[in-house]
Parts: sequence; structure tokens; C-alpha cells
Amino acid sequence: MIRVQNLTKYYGERLAVDDISFNVEKGEILGLLGPNGAGKTTAMRIITSFLMPTRGDVWVADCNMAENSLEGRKHIGYLPEAIPLYTDVTVRSYLEFAGRIRGMDRNHVKTRIDDVVELCRLEEYIDVLIGKLSRGFKQRVGVAQAIIHEPEVMILDEPTLGIDPIQVSQTRQLIKDLGKEHTILLSSHILPEVSMTCDRVVIIHEGRIVAEDKIENLSTIIKGSRSIRLEVRGPTGEVTAKLSNIEGVQQVRYKEPHHFVDCPPEQDLRPKLMEAIVQGGWVLLGMESVEMSLEDIFLELTTDEYDDDEEDIFVEDEGDVEA
Amino acid sequence: MRNIGLIASKEFRSHLTSPMAYIVIFVFLLITGTFFSTYLTGTGYTDTSIAGFLSPGNLLLLLFASVLTMRLLAEEKKMGTWELLLTAPVRDSEVVLGKFLGSMGILLSMLALTLYYPLLLVWFGDPDIGPIVTSYIGLILLGSSAMAVGLFASSVTSNQIVAAVISGVILFALWFLGSAATLVPANIGELLAYISLMGHFYDFTMGIIDTRAIIYYLSIIALFLFFTIRSIETGRWS
Repeated sequence: MIRVQNLTKYYGERLAVDDISFNVEKGEILGLLGPNGAGKTTAMRIITSFLMPTRGDVWVADCNMAENSLEGRKHIGYLPEAIPLYTDVTVRSYLEFAGRIRGMDRNHVKTRIDDVVELCRLEEYIDVLIGKLSRGFKQRVGVAQAIIHEPEVMILDEPTLGIDPIQVSQTRQLIKDLGKEHTILLSSHILPEVSMTCDRVVIIHEGRIVAEDKIENLSTIIKGSRSIRLEVRGPTGEVTAKLSNIEGVQQVRYKEPHHFVDCPPEQDLRPKLMEAIVQGGWVLLGMESVEMSLEDIFLELTTDEYDDDEEDIFVEDEGDVEA
Repeated sequence: MRNIGLIASKEFRSHLTSPMAYIVIFVFLLITGTFFSTYLTGTGYTDTSIAGFLSPGNLLLLLFASVLTMRLLAEEKKMGTWELLLTAPVRDSEVVLGKFLGSMGILLSMLALTLYYPLLLVWFGDPDIGPIVTSYIGLILLGSSAMAVGLFASSVTSNQIVAAVISGVILFALWFLGSAATLVPANIGELLAYISLMGHFYDFTMGIIDTRAIIYYLSIIALFLFFTIRSIETGRWS
């Protein structure tokens, strides 16, 4: 449904998207995952033809977006990151405009608005000015305008950004439901969101694709190893060195205040680790075996460029996992 | 055509829901009305005409065209609605023409509200109808040109105030070029006089319909609408 080939985009001198290629099959929900500034929004803007690529091609519903973009745009429902809406009109008249501008006739729009409003649970707000709605409801109006013309392809840029946890889970459910009939490309910097809603994920970092696979497979890429999290009171460098020397240990990483020891899954190294720490005369405050999550996979894939700032992105969203 | 109509009617309605259009129309009527009546009752009175309305009317029209058009594209860019409009199956030219015609609607409504000046003249006196009709044609052409310039200014920035300043500068430069004509060598002066918005307008107030003037204003409109479309395209490539 969506085919992206060798897409490259420069903003002046700055390279925003670097030679990315991927496909989204009919009926699939594909997640574009990456930290802020990875190039997700730029890629989506090119797919929707808001921006022209420096190089590369995009096809949507078999229309080349450079040559036949007007035809291609008819098949796309787009929700940009900022949820752009006219604030001086009511929900109804906005949806009417959104439908008509995408080629629907007046009567069709009228009946379709009722369906869409019900689907997005906006019934009570249909005659309210958009400017008076809260962010969560604006977001629903944003989704409503993206599906009003029953597009085959939906492109959702950070669809749950800035709304409260209850609405986040409602929105994810809505996306899953929509995914039964539409082809969806969504972007997110939140791993749990992608793993909950998407069939497949493309991970982007600094404009490049660093991994692309089904959610299940991505976990098994790294499933070959397992991690033990230690909290040790002692000189960090020495502890790391000593633990690294233990037979079977693949890698020791330190992330304040924990040491992470990667080891093969068939081997339980905990007694050896314990022994080493006692030998060193340090204090063991905690030890726990952790499964590699998508977060870890992401770190693994982009480990050379990884720094503390990016970690914050994931930490702030941990609350969402339970929501 | 359908899309142009859709955007134009949306734009016209959006003007009517914002206070700006009402303020502009109110101030326009207040100032031109004052000048119109003082002209007729004052000592400078020489003929039964709408000259009193026209003398501030033409400059006010330039000013208010900037104010009315400054938000057309700049606001959409700021709000991000621009992104939805440009990804809808609509040509860039349709967006531009729709916005232009929607604002023209406001301009025509504003001018229609001034029609009671000539009606008063007809009621109480015996004015020469010809120059009145041509003056209105001139005002419509002048106002449309100013709106095309304003639309262009609005396309190059997402800040409404900057847009208004840009269009103000372009319009007043075009307006006063004619005045500078006497300061430079004759052949350059003639050129300046020709591209001046002001020079062509005065023919209309005297009851003259000069095809050159009509072509001039239509060219200004076409040129700036074209610039606007190109400016949008440039945005996609940047």
C-alpha cells in the first residue's frame, strides 16, 4: 500500500532522512519508532506529499507521489503531530470541510459525519467550537478528520502525544480497530505503544533505518542473551572489570546506579557474580534477572550513539505501560 | 473549480467569524463617511461627487487589504492546518485562488456598504453617474491588487504581523513610485509612473476606463498570485 524507496531529505545542509526504504502491506499496522528528531515526521511529511524528497520515491496505493500526488492524496488520511485544527469552527463544520475538500459530496459527508463522530466518541461535542475542546478531544477530532473520507491508508504522527493515560489507551484501541480495515503507518517514540498496536516495526535513528522486523522477531534477535541487574556499593570501574572477567559473561554495562551483566540464557551466573562481589569486599544491594525489552533492543541497535539524554525519553513513558 | 469554491466559501465564513473583518469595515466606513460628509458640507465643495469618499478611501483600501490578508496563509502555517490543506487532494493554485476569492468577498461586501454615499447624492442632487461607476471599478481593481500582494506576503512567513508589514511596504512602495517619478530622469520616471498603483487609479476617478489601467491591475493580481503559488511550492522543497 505504501512503498518508500531510497528516501533522502536534506534541510539545507542538514541530513534529516538518509536513504530509507520500507513497505507497508495492505491491512498492516506499521510502527515507525525512534527518538525525537530521528526523521519520523519528515518521512511522514514526504509520504503525504507535504514535503518533496531530495532523492527517492514514494508510492501510495500505486500512485507515485511525485508524479501523481493529487490522486495519491485521495487515499491518505493524515493526522500530523501537532493536531492542526481550525479553532473558530464547530466540530461538525470542520469535519464537513475536511470531507468536502477530499472530494466527498455534500450528502455523503453528512451521513459519514454521524458514523465518524460515533466511532471517535464525539457525539456530545459535535456542535462545540474546536477552540473550546481539551487536547484529548481535539486529538479525537484530528482522528475523525483523517478517517472521514474512508481512506485506504492512514498516516498518524505520534497519535498519543500529550493526552492523558486513559485517552491514550482508548486511542490505541481505536487505532487497532481502524487497523482491521485500513493500512496504517504510525510513528512513536514510545516503545510500548508500538509493541501494543503494531504488527511490524521500523526503527529509525538519526535518519537511518537501524532495524525492521515483526515485533516478535525483534525480541528474539536479542533473546540470545539475558541480562542481570546488580546494584553494588563499590568502585564502579573495579566492579565492572572484575565482573567482566567471570567466565560466561558477555558484557557488563554500567548505568547509574546499576550494573547490567549480559549472559547466555542457559547459564545462571548469579552465584558466581555474588561470589565475585563478596571477594572484592563490596556490598551487594540488589540483584535481579531482567528480560530484554524493546527498550533494550533499541539501545542495543543504536548503542554506539546512545547517551543519557535519550534514555529520558523512554523513562518518562514507563507509566504508560500499565495504562 | 469545486475546490476553489470550497476554500473561498470557507475563507469568507472564517472572515465573518473573526472580529478583524468587522473592525476593518467599521473603521473604513467611519473614516470614509466622515470625509464624504465634510467634503459635501465644507468650503472646498465644488461638485456633487464621491471625491470625499475616494480621497482617504484608496489609501485605506491598501492598508486594510494588508490587514485582511495577513492571516490568510500565515495563520494556517502557525496553526499547522497548512499541513492538512497541502496534503488534501487540492492543487496549490486552487488553495491560492480560493483564499484570494474568499477575501475578495469581504472586500466587495465592504465596498457594497459604501454604496449609500452615491445613493445619497442621487437622492439629494444630480451627480454625474459615470465617474462614480468607474471609481468603483477602480476601487475593486485596486483592492484586489492589494489583496494579491497581501496574500503573497502572507505566504512567505508564519507571523501575521510580519506579513502585514511586508505587504504594507510593497504596497506603499508601489503606490508612491509615481511621486518619485519627478525626481529621476524622464525615461526612468515614465517607467516608475507606469508601475505605480496610484497613477492608474486616478483615471478611474475621472470617469475614464483605460484598458491599459485594467491590464495593469490584472497583471499585478496575476503576478502576485503566481508568486504566492511559487512560494508555496518552494516551501515543499525546502
